[in-house]
Amino acid sequence: MSLPLLEISDLKVNYHSDDGLIEALRGVSLTVKAGEVVGIVGESGCGKSTLVSALNALLAPNAEIAGGTVALNGRDILRRSAAEQRALRGAEIAMVFQDSMTAFSPVLSIGAQLVDFQHNMPDANHREKLARAGEMLARVGIGDPAQCLRRYPHQLSGGMRQRAAMAAALLMSPQVLVADEPTTALDVTMEAQVLHLLRSLREEINGAILVVTHHLGVIGELCDRVYVMYAGQVVEDATVDALYHAPRHPYTRALINCDPAHLEHRSSNLPTIPGRPPSLVNPPKGCAFAPRCTLADANCHANPPPRVRISPTQTVLCHKVAI
Amino acid sequence: MSALFEIHDLTVDVPLESGFMGMFKMAQPKLNILAGISLHIGAGETLGIVGESGSGKTTLALAMLGLAATSGGDMHFDGAPLGNRASFIALRQKTAMMFQDPVASLSPRMSVGALLYEPFIIHGKRVANRRAKVTALLEQVGLPPEITSRFPHELSGGQARRVCVARALALNPKLVVADEPTAGLDVSVQGEVLNLMGALKAELGLSVLIISHNLAMLRHVTDRVAVLYLGRLVEVGATDAVFTNPRHPYTASLIAAEPQPDPRKRRHDLALKGEIPSLFLRPKGCEFHTRCPHAQPMCQTTAPELRTLGEGQVRCHFAETLKLNKRSEHYGMEN
Repeated sequence: MSLPLLEISDLKVNYHSDDGLIEALRGVSLTVKAGEVVGIVGESGCGKSTLVSALNALLAPNAEIAGGTVALNGRDILRRSAAEQRALRGAEIAMVFQDSMTAFSPVLSIGAQLVDFQHNMPDANHREKLARAGEMLARVGIGDPAQCLRRYPHQLSGGMRQRAAMAAALLMSPQVLVADEPTTALDVTMEAQVLHLLRSLREEINGAILVVTHHLGVIGELCDRVYVMYAGQVVEDATVDALYHAPRHPYTRALINCDPAHLEHRSSNLPTIPGRPPSLVNPPKGCAFAPRCTLADANCHANPPPRVRISPTQTVLCHKVAI
Repeated sequence: MSALFEIHDLTVDVPLESGFMGMFKMAQPKLNILAGISLHIGAGETLGIVGESGSGKTTLALAMLGLAATSGGDMHFDGAPLGNRASFIALRQKTAMMFQDPVASLSPRMSVGALLYEPFIIHGKRVANRRAKVTALLEQVGLPPEITSRFPHELSGGQARRVCVARALALNPKLVVADEPTAGLDVSVQGEVLNLMGALKAELGLSVLIISHNLAMLRHVTDRVAVLYLGRLVEVGATDAVFTNPRHPYTASLIAAEPQPDPRKRRHDLALKGEIPSLFLRPKGCEFHTRCPHAQPMCQTTAPELRTLGEGQVRCHFAETLKLNKRSEHYGMEN
């Protein structure tokens, strides 16, 4: 079997804050193989963004890696030198951010920025780089690439900018494309188009796509496998079909039930998950979801849940899952 | 009919910067945003307004509250005509607006308590026991009294929304206008905010206008929906009817474009291609013909009128004969 392209094992990240140590990631493990589209889903504060920052070796100054590795092609990213980490970004791991307006500099044209992103390209002159940028814009479905190259970010619509951001991310043929909430800022129609584009890109790039979102619809449309995060842990991972049709963790079930798009019949009383995620300053000893879980008993509150393997492609972090 | 808010043939234009031509005192060029908008909101009703960015949803809400200048048409609130400044000031005591970004709509320098009391000061209302009033408002939206001394940046997204709801309810309004009330919220919190609004609506007999492009949410919380495209109403009808049997191709496309939280319902074709045209280059004929999968030659030349069809209204030449997707047609099984 081939080596996973990206392998995160038991990653622990803490933030130092005025309130004490925030345990943002509490032993996250995740693997991504070449050619896969993997989704990471969870609500605000579950650690999605910290995970993305760790992947890019872009953790905030007050963050501390308390353990674990992030290996790309078998080599740890976190323990490389700053220069090596810098060379990695864009070339091996590229990002598409949620807000494409702030992802581009407002004072440079799209063309100038797409050329700059190729600064690592050996023996290519400016004209070749500009031509490549144009080709990439055409590939992401921009009708008039020559004109787009001359435009400034504010002159493009949100959908166009997000396409340009994807072109920028793909310029250096990265092995892993990380899309952080790629459609949250877009309309339904633009969202559908960007999802369509991402789906067609997966066939063209020989790497993997990691989609980070809180939108279950986006995951459902796009991903092969999904990791569900809660309070800094992966609580369930499964193939996308199993996740939506046979979810095992109570949190996953609750999350799916909350999505208004999931309800067949009109209901004016929408399901919610009562309670709040726990504070990650001194996180609970037992299951982090126990206070909000309908199945929880004393054992759930007292002891950390085991990771139960349901099938070769599905694991659940829960006391209550009987094999 | 007991409509609380009535809009008749509303038009909104914005003057363009005249630039070079302005030097010659030419007629000031105008950009038309909304035209021919006729809508009503019944007492106790929830109306949803849906459309893509740039369709004029927010402008319509602003115009209704007198925050954007109108250039045609008339509006009535509770039977009284709206037009001059005084009428809108009176209106704003009985209506409340919840803006899109809750944190940005709360002054960062004011505590929650001060923010909740502000509507009373603005409208010169005396309150006997200020602290009790603030606590009561917080309780109404399910927030603890301790939150009174907090500042907006110390609130979570859901709490900030609740403070906005409490502020909107401070003066016992009859109508609440909510612009994207759930944008940026997690799904579980989104449900809480909507349920809260629904419960308060029933309890206080409010009318609500919700502006959103989140169709899944609108389907559950609205009684009627109005679909806007490039500043024109293209379809108005009861929510159930519009969602199960859309009559306008644009409505059908919007519904089909929604990502499905079920991999077995993945779609292979795009529901709606292209982008909403620029307001400066408004298409001739039917404004939707440039993106409409069912466009006929007639659509390029003749603009359809908004007409009554069954219970609802639709702006399409072929609304009777079109076989629009019943949602499932756009989906196919993967593999």
